[in-house]
Amino acid sequence: MSSDPTVPLEDSVVSVDGESAVLTRPPRSQWREVWDQFKSHKGALFGAVVFLLITAGVFVGPVIWRIDPQFLPQGRDFLTLRDTRPIYVALWDSGAKVNWAHPLGTDNLGRDMLARLMFGGRVSIAVGLTAMVLSLVLGTAVGVIAGYFKRLDGPLMRLTDLFLALPLLPLILVASLLFRDPLAAVFGTEGGIFILIVALIGITSWMQTARIVRGDVLALKEREFVLAAKSIGTRPGALITRHMLPNILSPIMVSATLGIASAIITESALSFLGFGFPPDFPTWGRLLNDGVDRLVSYPERSILPGILISLVVLSVNYLGDGLRDALDPRIRGR
Amino acid sequence: MLTYTIRRLVLSVPTLLFIALVIFMLLELAPGDPMAQVPLTVPSDVKEQMRIALGLDKPSYVRFWKWLLQIFWIEPKVFIDYLTSSTTLFGWLPDTALYERCVGLSNLDTCDYRALSWQTRSPVVDLVLQRLPQTLWVVGTAYVVGILIALPIGIYSAYRQYSWFDQAGTFVSMIGFSVPPFFSGVLVIVIFSVQLGWFPSIYDTTHTVNDWDSFVVQLKQMILPVMVLALQITAQISRFMRASMLDNLNQDYVRTARAKGLGETTVVMVHVLRNSMIPVVTVIALGVPLIFGGAIITEQVFKVNGIGQMLIGAIQANDLPTVQTLTFVFAFLIVMFNLIADVLYGVLDPRIRYE
Repeated sequence: MSSDPTVPLEDSVVSVDGESAVLTRPPRSQWREVWDQFKSHKGALFGAVVFLLITAGVFVGPVIWRIDPQFLPQGRDFLTLRDTRPIYVALWDSGAKVNWAHPLGTDNLGRDMLARLMFGGRVSIAVGLTAMVLSLVLGTAVGVIAGYFKRLDGPLMRLTDLFLALPLLPLILVASLLFRDPLAAVFGTEGGIFILIVALIGITSWMQTARIVRGDVLALKEREFVLAAKSIGTRPGALITRHMLPNILSPIMVSATLGIASAIITESALSFLGFGFPPDFPTWGRLLNDGVDRLVSYPERSILPGILISLVVLSVNYLGDGLRDALDPRIRGR
Repeated sequence: MLTYTIRRLVLSVPTLLFIALVIFMLLELAPGDPMAQVPLTVPSDVKEQMRIALGLDKPSYVRFWKWLLQIFWIEPKVFIDYLTSSTTLFGWLPDTALYERCVGLSNLDTCDYRALSWQTRSPVVDLVLQRLPQTLWVVGTAYVVGILIALPIGIYSAYRQYSWFDQAGTFVSMIGFSVPPFFSGVLVIVIFSVQLGWFPSIYDTTHTVNDWDSFVVQLKQMILPVMVLALQITAQISRFMRASMLDNLNQDYVRTARAKGLGETTVVMVHVLRNSMIPVVTVIALGVPLIFGGAIITEQVFKVNGIGQMLIGAIQANDLPTVQTLTFVFAFLIVMFNLIADVLYGVLDPRIRYE
């Protein structure tokens, strides 16, 4: 072995090479790794793109498409503009009443459907995002407190169980009708209903997050770094915000995406049943409901908002699926 | 096991009481006035009389107690009377007369007040029992159909993981998760009843089945709502079935079974399937009350006058006793099926034995 001098030489060359390769490649941050894993999940990438496109469309769209969704044409305009079909209907029905000025048609009062869809999307997505944030804050707070403070664990988890045993949809329906008028009197019609619906969805959807967060906090509490932090005198508040929360970020982010989806569905269901926003303040669910009465002649009025709801929910679900894989270090890099 | 079941049953009483309190307080704290629907031409002193007649002048704890009494004491009495007098199962027992009907003013102190609907002035529970068959027919059929479709899909997609069938199954169940019933319902109405004209879009609950033709009509009107509900159920259960099968397919006992020369069918359909069914059965039990909740929307879309539609109507008409009772029925179902799921899990899985 030692008679052959090339072997150790080659070995050292290789090791030097390997070291230089490591040195030339910049250190990869955690989020870079997450992004690489996320990219490889085609459905998730597709979902993210679709969700961003739709969100951008409904929020930026009105800058380009400047028709007021509430504009009611008067007099003869009303007759000529109402009940316009979408432009694509002309492909198979040459006699259809179509108009390039209203590419997605108008409703029975002559309001532009494209503008209404964008308006409805803004409300739906805003409700979804706000309700998700509220439910996340509630769920994380309950979960962290239950996991960290042993004395509060039992009561808070029993409360979570009780909330899970409540029939949520009926209660939301009842509450949305009962508290509508007083809130509308304080915050205005639209503002009051927005607050009401966001609060109702948030209050009734935090339980899963709380359970997941509690489990993770319980596991984290036994780890050495928490002990180390405690031993240098970190107070509970700082310990939670500085050491716990960053470590339970990934399950929170996953339940955030899923929370958007379920919040949008719940809001649409409420609006569909007629317990949500008023008709002149449309959301996608409300538009769908308004279209049902004239489904035979104008199916697009229900189908277009329905497709948008489903697309957003589908894309957000795929996004959550991909995030779950990307944020899980055990799956990442496989 | 029995002790555990009994303990859970006892523990479910405070849960139900809490839920009853939440439902009651929600309606109590709500600023809506139950007399708001009364015309303005009714003089205010008459209105006050009506208020007293409804018991609204009593403090809220008295009304809560009265409501609890109605739910937990009077209605069971009525039910037992019904069982011993009119059913074939218990009809041989001597007739009980636990429930004392109120006859005018003669027996005001001893008679039982049942919860009356403010809309129809008839007992709420009777109304619920009238509506329940329609709901159970549609929802129950959908649940059975959904499970029957979901199980084979789940089994096969796990067995051939990442095959095109599995990918398609994943996509379809993603759609089932994402497309809300109020859209899928509208969509199937547009396709199958407007464009193709195959099935009616409205579920006619007055339709009676007495010969083959009326049976076909009944079948046709059930297809669309069942299809919509079954899509959601299939999406959930097939995912659970797949995940559960995947967990078991890599276990050592499967390798042992194959090594001793059992056929592939026996390995998968007997050894793996039986073990994988344990969590799936509990999920199926847990899903039953949720399906009642989901049926509210489906019933609204297809105009099935089941308990979901009854709830919507009662909320809109400010009919508080009906709303309270119905919400409580839903809560009762959730608590009971949670209990059933937990007990089933213990019965099916010998590794889990509760103290």
